[in-house]
Formats: sequence, C-alpha cells, structure tokens
Amino acid sequence: METFIQQLLNGLVLGSMYALVALGYTMVYGVLNLINFAHGDVLMIGAMLGLTILQLLEAYIPGLPGYVQLALAILGAIPLTMLVSILIERVAYRRLRNAPRLAPLITAIGISILLQTFAMMIWGRSPIPFPQLLSPEPIMIGGAMITQTQVLLLVLAAVAMGALVLLVERTRMGRAMRAVAENPRVAGLMGVDANRVIVATFAIGAALAAVAGVMWGANYASITFTMGVLPGLKAFCAAVLGGIGNIYGAMLGGLLLGIIEALGAGYIGDLTGGFLGSHYQDIFAFVVLILVLTLRPSGIMGERVADRA
Amino acid sequence: MMSTQTMSEQVLLNIAGVNKRFGGLQALTDVGIRIMQGQIYGLIGPNGAGKTTFFNVITGLYQPDSGTFELAGKPYSPSAPHDVAKAGIARTFQNIRLFGEMSALENVMVGRHVRTKQGVLGAILRHKAAREEEAAIRQRAQELLDFVGIGKFANRTAKFLSYGDQRRLEIARALATDPQLLALDEPAAGMNATEKLALRELLVKIKAEGRTVLLIEHDVKLMMGLCDRITVLEYGKQIAEGLPAEIQKNQAVIDAYLGGAH
Amino acid sequence: MALLTFDTRHKPRQAYISMAALLLLMLVFPFVASQFGNSWVRIIDIALLYIMLALGLNIVVGFAGLLDLGYIAFFAVGAYLVGLFSSPQFAALLESLIYYSPAIGEALVAFFGPEIAQDGIHLSLWAIVPLAALCAALCGALLGAPTLKLRGDYLAIVTLGFGEIIRIFMNNLNDPINFTNGPQGINMIDPIRVFGVSLAGEPGSGANVMIGDYAMPSVNAYYFLFLAMVIATIFITGRLQHSRLGRAWVAIREDEIAAKAMGINTRNVKLLAFAMGASFGGVAGAMFGAFQGFVSPESFSLTESIAVLAMVVLGGIGHIPGVVLGGVLLAALPEVLRHVVDPLQQAVFGKVIIEAEVLRQLLYGLALVLIMLVRPAGLWPSPNKEERPNAALARDEEEASTA
Repeated sequence: METFIQQLLNGLVLGSMYALVALGYTMVYGVLNLINFAHGDVLMIGAMLGLTILQLLEAYIPGLPGYVQLALAILGAIPLTMLVSILIERVAYRRLRNAPRLAPLITAIGISILLQTFAMMIWGRSPIPFPQLLSPEPIMIGGAMITQTQVLLLVLAAVAMGALVLLVERTRMGRAMRAVAENPRVAGLMGVDANRVIVATFAIGAALAAVAGVMWGANYASITFTMGVLPGLKAFCAAVLGGIGNIYGAMLGGLLLGIIEALGAGYIGDLTGGFLGSHYQDIFAFVVLILVLTLRPSGIMGERVADRA
Repeated sequence: MMSTQTMSEQVLLNIAGVNKRFGGLQALTDVGIRIMQGQIYGLIGPNGAGKTTFFNVITGLYQPDSGTFELAGKPYSPSAPHDVAKAGIARTFQNIRLFGEMSALENVMVGRHVRTKQGVLGAILRHKAAREEEAAIRQRAQELLDFVGIGKFANRTAKFLSYGDQRRLEIARALATDPQLLALDEPAAGMNATEKLALRELLVKIKAEGRTVLLIEHDVKLMMGLCDRITVLEYGKQIAEGLPAEIQKNQAVIDAYLGGAH
Repeated sequence: MALLTFDTRHKPRQAYISMAALLLLMLVFPFVASQFGNSWVRIIDIALLYIMLALGLNIVVGFAGLLDLGYIAFFAVGAYLVGLFSSPQFAALLESLIYYSPAIGEALVAFFGPEIAQDGIHLSLWAIVPLAALCAALCGALLGAPTLKLRGDYLAIVTLGFGEIIRIFMNNLNDPINFTNGPQGINMIDPIRVFGVSLAGEPGSGANVMIGDYAMPSVNAYYFLFLAMVIATIFITGRLQHSRLGRAWVAIREDEIAAKAMGINTRNVKLLAFAMGASFGGVAGAMFGAFQGFVSPESFSLTESIAVLAMVVLGGIGHIPGVVLGGVLLAALPEVLRHVVDPLQQAVFGKVIIEAEVLRQLLYGLALVLIMLVRPAGLWPSPNKEERPNAALARDEEEASTA
C-alpha cells in the first residue's frame, strides 16, 4: 500500500509537469491545428534560463533564501521563454499558416533541433547540476515521501492552471481565444485579431512551460539540452488523452498520464513476471497515445467527432 | 409510375429507403431512385436538400442508417468507396478533387486502377504482361482525354489546368473506371453559358455511348433539356419524381424553389 | 542542374549520358580518395547506407505522403537481425534462456546443437538480406496498421511513438532473456562475405581484401557493395514510382477520398508503402551491422529518424535524384566539414568555436526550417513541378481550346 501511495504521489508530481506542458500543446493545436513539436524544447529553455538566473543571483546577490531564489528564477525565466516562443511563431509558423499539411510539422521539428543546438552551444553538452534550493528533507504522507520542492511544484501547477482557467473563462482575451479556436474566420469578422490571439496563445503556453521547466530542474537536480524532447512528446500524448484542443482535457490528461507512468513503472515488473522492468517506463505514454487514437480519438473530454466526410 | 418499358430498358440502379441522420439532423428521409439503363437521371433541389449527402451514401463515403442498394440487379454494399467503384459506380465531386501534382494523363490513368491488376512484382520486373497492361492503361487514358476534349493537355500538371478543363478531366477520370453508372455532382458549377453548352454536348456524347448518368445540378434549364427523369429533394425528402415537363409544373417543386437558389 | 538530368522519358540521351558520367565518377572515386587515407571512403560508405534509408523513406513520405517519424526502427530491425544471426549473440541468448527457464533452454540447446550454443548462429549475407527485408517489411505493415485512419500530424506522432518503443525494447531486451544485449549492444558481428571473400579482409592482411594479386582496402570493398545496393535501390524505387502502384501512392497523397472513389483500396496500398519502405531500411540496417561489426541502441534514436527525414525533405520529397542529393549533403557533408572546419577554425581563431557535432545539428535544423519556408519542394524537385504557365500563355491556350 505504501508503494501505491508513493507511486501515486510521484505520479501527481510528474503529471503536474506534464499538464503544464500539455496545455501549451493543446492551446496551440486549438487555434492553429498545429502540433508544436518544439514545445518540449521550450520547457528546456525555461529550465536553462532559470538556471542561469540562479547562477547570476549566486554571483551577485548571494545568500538569498531558497524560496526567493526560486521565485526570481521562475519570474525571470517566464518573460524570456515567452519571447522565444513568440519569436518562433513569428519567424517560422506564421508563414506556413496555409501551407500543405506536412510543412508546419516538419518546420516544427527543425525548430526543435535548432533550439537544442543553440542550447548546446550556450550551455554546453553535459548535464548541468541544478542547485538544491529548498530543504531536501522529505515530508511524510501516509508512509510515502514528498519533498518541499515537489510540494511547491504541485502548488505552482495548481495556481498556474487556475489562473489559466480564469483567463480563458473570464477575460476578453480568453473569450477571443475560444472564439478563434472554434472558428477563426467568424471570429475575425467579429473583430478579433487572430494574430494577437495566436501570439498570446504561444506566450501563455511558454509561460506554463517555463514554470514546468524550472521546477523540473529543481526536482531532478540536473538539466541538459535534450531534457525537453521526451517530456514534450509525452505531454502531447497527455493532451491527446485528455482531448486535444480542450484545456481541461490537457490538465486531466497530464495528471492521468503521470499517474499511469508512475504506477506502471512501479508495478510492471510484477505484472509481467519479471520480463519487463521499470526501464520500460517511457513506452507507457506512447502506448496510451496509440490506444487513444485507435479506440477513442477525441480523447476523454473531446467531442465525439461525427461521421462527416 | 414507369412508362412503357422497351425490351432494351433495364433497371440499372435501384435504391430505396435511404435514411441518414447526422446527430440531430435528419439529412435524408426514405429516399430512393430508380434509374434505367442509358438514362440521364437528374437530382435537383435547393441548397442543403441532401443531394450530395445522397451521393455520398450511394458511393460509400457515408454509412446510411438504412436502405437497399442494387446495381444491375445485384445488391451492392455501399460500405467502402473503393468497393463501390469496383461494382461500377464512378463519381465526380462538387469541389473538384483532382490529383493536383499529377499530369492530366496520370489522373486518368489512376482511374484505370480498379480494372487493372499489376502490383509490386509487375512494377519492379516490368515483364511482358505488365508492360502490356501499362501501355493499355496509357492508351485508354489518352483516348478518354481526347473524348472529353482535353487531349492536348495530357502532360499538363492537373492543378494548372483551367477550371473548365479540370471539370472535364474529372469526368474523364471517372469514365476510366469503366462505370455502369456515372454520377456527377454539380459538373456545371461555376461555368459560363458557353462552357455549359460544351458540357451538355459532352453529356449527350456520353449517353450516346450507352452509359447511364446520374446528375446533380442547380441549373434547372440545363437539367430540363438534358435529363430523362428527375427527382426533386427538399430537406432530405423526395417531393417529386418524373419527367422534366411534369416536374416543371409540380406545385410542390415550385414552392420549394420560390425565393430559393436559382 | 540544367546539364544533369535523369529524365529518361523526356530527354533520354541527356539522361543516359548523365547517368554514365555519374557512374564513372562513383567508380573512380575510391581509388582517388584512397590516396588520402581510408577515412574519406569510410564516410561515403556510411553515406551510401543513409542514402538507401532516404530512398526507402521516400516511398513512404515522398510517394505516399505518410509522414513516418519512426523509420529508423526498421534500420534497427535489420541491424539487430544481423546482430542476432551473424554473431556469437545467439549463444548468449541461449545461455540466458537456460537461466530463465532451464526446461526450454535445454531443449533449444539440444535442438540447435553444441556448436551454435557455443558460437552462435552465423548466417551468410545471402540469407540475412532477404530475411532482413522480410522482417522489416512485416514490421512496416504492423507499425503502419494502426495509423491507417489517422491524419498527417497524428500519424507522424504515432509512428514516432513506435520508433521509440522499438528503441526502448532494443535497449532493454537483455534481461531475463538476452536478445539484444541491452545498452552495450552486440559485438563481433561477422563481416560480409561475397563469394567466399570477406569484405573485412582476412585477419592479418591489414584490413585489405585480396582479389587475385590486387589488394583493396576493406572500406573500398564495402564501397562497391554499397554502391551496387544503392543503384539497385534507385532502380527498384524508380520502377515502383512509375507504375500502377506508384500512381496509387501519389493519388492517396494528393487526395485520399478521390483515390478511394476511383477504386483504390487505400488500406492495402498504404500498408504496401510502409512495408516496401521498411524493407529497404531493413536491408540497409543489416549492411550497417555487418560493416560496423557492432550495433547498439544509440544508432537508432529519434534523432536518426529525423536525420533521414531531413535528407528526403532537403533533397526533394518524392524525387529520387533529389533524395540522393539530400542524402549526400546531409550524410557526407557534416563529416567532411569536421575534417575541414576544425583545422580551419584552429588556424583562424586559434581554437574551435563551433564543434563539428554542433555544426551537424545546426545543419539539420536549418535544412528543415529553411527548406520549408523558402523552397518546400526541396533543392531538386521533380522537373515538371515548377511549370508555371504565365498568365498570357494560359490565356492564349484558353482561347485556342474554345475556338
């Protein structure tokens, strides 16, 4: 039972990060029908920027309390990451709005490689240790351990997602986003500037990814220029699981996928009689993706896609 | 009911009781048509009446909720478009669907796919049977291009053809499948009077070859002069069926079109 | 590219002269390059394998328009097949099987005999190649099957997922039964033997292959073999392109609904695309394993799948000469650059600012992005695609046709 609660907690922590990144995927897909393949690398950029900020703080204002440093890292990483994401949209994706289907996806793959290359050039090729800013002493919950960093992660994720919901449901920009996602042309006729909405979508997604990135670094204590690829893909799988284009779906899908992965990794050995071990953890996301797309393509919260040719 | 049947007239297409619902919308209610061999049969009705939906059902693009489907006396299953083509119904589309990057000739050659059989081995080995089949495909395709009047554009990339020529190409491609029934979805859409005249001539030519044609069109004048019989749909229901002269005088039809599209 | 053409239908003489000239160049190359050491020819050997991969992927992406991001999985299948059946690995597998389930293990050892239990299975090239092609084709169909109803983006991600799943399995299928020897990979793979002559040279010959009295470096021998395979691949894919099947693939790519309406069984035709494309990947993988002498999961990552895709995209999606060009540029160029750029930077700047590895990544990323933005059809697209009749010409033809 202890293992179960532990894995559940691990799953929630992992899932929160997936949810934050999945939101970026789902929002961009909602307005542009594009899989932003480079979004996982935006997470990496956020982490790298956060780390750099921490290093600068350490150099120029040493001795700040851990929480403050982390807060500053996140607050500093967010605008810069947003800038990167906005730039990508402006330079690469905007020109391909009406291009044949494969072009934007291939471009996105190229952008992903370029982001990794630039990160490689700036921050080097080897993994970089991420400083432990909060006390590593674990908090016990029902026989399972959770660190302060992980608690902070859960809190931040909840806050960010709550803020997003408020934005989407209660503000003008949120309404505009929903309108563009439903029908860009009619939204345009109603006076919504689709370009501004799209830019905002990329920016918000990047901000969430930045938070996830910095906390990822804090949680795993090490970051590297390839850290965004796999989590990015898994977050996309999570978005599909929850129902692509649906914000609540992305949150649900992210959390669910995190839990599936954690529980799966924990119990797969028992389930397969020792044949498969926890190293196979990474395949869960893809298996889920394949199952969802085969059995229920609209995802958990997506609308049933009617049989229209 | 049916006028006196001559010995050479047989029922080619016999469809009855087609129902199709999309969520809350009943797109087709108990629609059926009966087309005789060698006829040009028209399907008209205001926008949204369900004409293209009906087309899509009988050619396998949509799955009907109910209906019986018979071609040349044999039941056929409209479950997969390629099976329908194999059975002998070929269609064109309301919004022209050509293979844009292929040449006109290649587009028509694709139409021959369903009546030919060379596969991987034939492609790689190019043995005698394969070469002969390929030559036959090419020749037939050129014949069809000539037949519809765009023979000299055989090597032009399809997406660079003029609008009228693209429509003709689509018809040539459909003819390449050697269909028993040629189903055309608004082939005259977007055409001016001259082009419509040319299309009319082409359709007469096709009928003269003995082919049967099912035709959706909005141009009532064109339909009246061309079709042997007409069915009128409105809101998914059949409101009239018969000779063109009868249809023109039918009150329900006139009401349906009053204030509606031309 | 005006002088060089391969359009045998429209310009036969020019095409055949071009091909002959190119062939001559390719045949002479290793003899010239050998003067400067083995590394240049080795680079081209690997490049040739990648060209084969790119041509195989071109069937799936270029002809049929199915964006496969997991293509390297078939390369892995071929390579691990040769790893399992042309090396001592099978013995290790039996050994691990005995640990895991003595009953089955002992039975299989009895079945295969003590020699195999000791040394593993060592099939010859002529058995491995068809086996690799067949296995890979089967995998291709299996991987393609769930994607048949999916749209472009989703298809890409699902194929990517499959590729990753295969990589993870290759990386971990060493416990409890040792199929792949895990992250360490499989060593001591037999070199290729052609008519009894080992292409790695007999031991003690300094990696030289003896043909009569003439000694040829092993990399050169492999070069000719791989060149022959690439030529065969070009020939086969070319024939496939201009056939009933090839047209069906392009039809599906252009408009799947219209293709169905014209009687094409899109499910079967798509599966064929996956299978045929995969089979080339498998054969290339088998060659790769034998050439390198070892295989490890590192060579079969998502990065590699993307690299092969980049070659197809950069060169000219669907256009065979373009794909070859893309393969040459992206497979050989980074290596060439490494030999040139590092010393250059040393000379000019006194140190290496941009490492070759970084340069390679940069090249791939820029290739993908710039091509899509600036020249989406690729560097060398099909000749008649660029035909843009200008307005006046079009008007004249219109008038002529309606007169």
